[in-house]
Amino acid sequence: MLGALKKVVRAVAVLLVVTFVSFVLMFGNGPGIARAVLGTQATEADVHTKMVQLGLDQPLLVQYGKWLGGLVTGDLGRSFFSGQTVASALATRVPVTLALVVLTLVLTAVVSVLVGVAAAVYGGWIDRVVQLLAVMGAAIPGFIVAIVLVFAFAIAVRLFPATGYVSPDQSVSGWLASITLPVLALLVGSVASAAAQFRGAVLDTLSRDFVRTLRARGISERLVIFRHVLRTAGGPGLTVLSLQTLALLGGAIFIEQVFALPGLGQLGVASAQQGDVPIVMGSVLVIIVFVLVVNLLGDLANVALNPKARTR
Amino acid sequence: MSEIQAESQALEGTHFLDLERERPTRGRSVLRRLLTNPQGAVCLTFLLVVVLVGLASPWVAPVGPRVTNLNAVNAPPFSPGHLLGADASGRDILSRLMWGTRETVLACVIVLVISVALGVTTGLVAGFYRGRFEAVADFVSDVVMSLPGIVLLIALYALTGPNILAAMAVFGLIIAPSYFRLVRSIVVGVRNELYVDAAKVVGLSDARIIGRHVLWAVRAPVIIQSSFVLAAGIGIQAGVTFLGLGDPAKPSWGIVLQESFNNIYNNRPGVLWPALLITLTILALVLLGNVLRDVLQSSAHSSTLPARRRRELTARARDEALPMPSPEVVLSIRGLRIGYPAGDEGVREVVKGVDLDVRRGEIHGLVGESGSGKSQIAFSTLGILPKEALILGGSILLNGTDLVASKDAMQRARGRRIAYVPQEPMSNLDPSFTIGAQLTYGLRAVKKVSKQHAKRDLLALLSRVGIKDPERVFRLYPHEISGGMAQRVLICGAVAADPDVIVADEPTTALDVTVQAEVLELLRELDEERGLAMILVTHNLGVVADICDTVSVMKDGQIVERSNVESLFESPARAYTQDLLSSSRRVELMEV
Repeated sequence: MLGALKKVVRAVAVLLVVTFVSFVLMFGNGPGIARAVLGTQATEADVHTKMVQLGLDQPLLVQYGKWLGGLVTGDLGRSFFSGQTVASALATRVPVTLALVVLTLVLTAVVSVLVGVAAAVYGGWIDRVVQLLAVMGAAIPGFIVAIVLVFAFAIAVRLFPATGYVSPDQSVSGWLASITLPVLALLVGSVASAAAQFRGAVLDTLSRDFVRTLRARGISERLVIFRHVLRTAGGPGLTVLSLQTLALLGGAIFIEQVFALPGLGQLGVASAQQGDVPIVMGSVLVIIVFVLVVNLLGDLANVALNPKARTR
Repeated sequence: MSEIQAESQALEGTHFLDLERERPTRGRSVLRRLLTNPQGAVCLTFLLVVVLVGLASPWVAPVGPRVTNLNAVNAPPFSPGHLLGADASGRDILSRLMWGTRETVLACVIVLVISVALGVTTGLVAGFYRGRFEAVADFVSDVVMSLPGIVLLIALYALTGPNILAAMAVFGLIIAPSYFRLVRSIVVGVRNELYVDAAKVVGLSDARIIGRHVLWAVRAPVIIQSSFVLAAGIGIQAGVTFLGLGDPAKPSWGIVLQESFNNIYNNRPGVLWPALLITLTILALVLLGNVLRDVLQSSAHSSTLPARRRRELTARARDEALPMPSPEVVLSIRGLRIGYPAGDEGVREVVKGVDLDVRRGEIHGLVGESGSGKSQIAFSTLGILPKEALILGGSILLNGTDLVASKDAMQRARGRRIAYVPQEPMSNLDPSFTIGAQLTYGLRAVKKVSKQHAKRDLLALLSRVGIKDPERVFRLYPHEISGGMAQRVLICGAVAADPDVIVADEPTTALDVTVQAEVLELLRELDEERGLAMILVTHNLGVVADICDTVSVMKDGQIVERSNVESLFESPARAYTQDLLSSSRRVELMEV
């Protein structure tokens, strides 16, 4: 219980540190922001008035304090351009990114467990092929994979739409078609790294003494692996998955760009290019919160799996 | 996403460094081994060509990066003057990629300098001095590692606008923790090693020690890690420009990729060239990193035999003629030979033709110093030899059935007719299941009984093996019981299915002295009650004297003497046995 509390406190600390750094980066150049909003024609006086109007003339710490105060009441400010509230801009984008990441994560878990276990248990050429593919798959950036997929399955062979997003409440099949290639593009890298690490976790467990004893007790190899080895390898496996979630959140930003998916990453990038810092700040916040929640969930699940941690 | 993958590569590296920290092989031989390795030579050559051509682009590129030719708009590949075609503005794609290499090289230099400078220094200081600095640095590196780096780069863009050099500098900061962790873990290890202590005693300053001894140890891992970091850097540089956060005026691989992707409907193959170049460069770096790892830390390789050679060797074993089984013997080992792969296709024999008989009710001690092959024999009777081990010949007959010849026979016998009591009780229980659950699973795997029935039998047996409150212990996890209790639980698990033979591998070595005597007593009682045949593997002649009826003395994979326990202790026949007896007496005297 105390451990869980400590973890929450730590997560909040990280949230504060990271949002502060991002805030300083984004709001550090007040005149630049005002000029971006006004356009290149604006005079010095215009810029100054705009800065006062947007509150950019105040010290950074005060601005950050206000932003933090707003965060507590759920008010993340308004877009400098459209005047739309940041919360409502985020609300339509978050489900897209979330769907992409969660779907990929589930598939990653299934595929990489199967592949990792097969490589560890069978060894031989299966293992060598898996290892080689894992090295290559993990190294190639996701957006390159995405481009190749677009080239192959949307342009050379028109199986899937190259760009665009269909919401699942409009058409489920349309949604599936629009999200298939993006999920595949993310999946390659994440399965590659996760499978390699699952393989390692299973090999580690297979070399433990208790596995030898279980075999000697006459338990079939299949049960030894599926009931006992996987249970023990599950702990490190969960850590792998929570790390992969972070990688997927980062990767999704690129993938959304390739497929023109209206997700968080695309919003963040477009707003950054425009200079619409409140929206960028909101996107950064949501991603960091995701990251922290995933880490906490990973820790909790680990405790649930590991009796030693549970009784402590 | 790539910085996390680079980190995982790094952690993989640390992992085996902890296991065996070898001094890297030196200088010229490393380069030669790198170049004679086909994978290493290909990767290195490719990278050199890319870098050299890029740096020489003012002289070798067909045209400048911004030269437009309106007649060549969207020219297909292999058209005259445009080997890879031209883009939407009629600019030569090949030339732009060549010029773009300079941006990539520059980005790589920035990332590498910043991340190595920061990560290696902080890692050295944290690992060498530990204390508060290490704690703070650790927290910072944890936070940085837990964030997708691209988020910070997007935030940075709001401050600097399109400035790829600043972005790469920040990426250098973001990836520095991967060096920090690597270096810190190595330095912590090296610091405790003798040669650093010796240097301190001699009176060298900390700076000299770090410079001379510690830097040497981290050199190879840092070089290996650098190739992964460079791969990540190239990916992120291309990625950031691809997102549109780069400077469109400067040609770079990412810009060419972005422009040709936006133009994909007009010039389809155009997108392939930058994608291919980025991919191949990253792959070359990563594969080179793997080769470097093999070359610089060659000891990390365990030798394995090719499958073909394995089959050959084991098939030969099966062809050997079966000896006659003797009727009163429960377990009979004949001509058993076990080997391990060594070198190219070679096999090192660790058990060299062993014969052994155990009768009902007999406790047979198998003694010898460590490495004499006694545990290998124990494992082979249960089919639990390590994966790489090979049975080169001989047979293991259990009630007349050869367990070596048939995997099925082995699986049927294991746990049912022949059972195992391991050496280290705590590590031989599955930490994820309660005592009760794993005992029940084990029993029901070999005996068709209901859960309730199994539980009743096991509870009775647990109290028979000396566990006070079996109901409570049934619900406990392995980490909640003592070593002595764990060994009783394992003995209970071994005898639960009523086997004919028990193989106990140093069953008391890991226990307290007082518990040792109790467990030996228990084994002897069970042996008498159930008429078991038992093989007791031990290095302790005291244990043999205590409970064994007969004994075999092993040396270098062979049994050198076999007799009754009384006659062995009274008149050892072989010089080796005499040595063993006198040395064990010396040890006993010292222990008293």
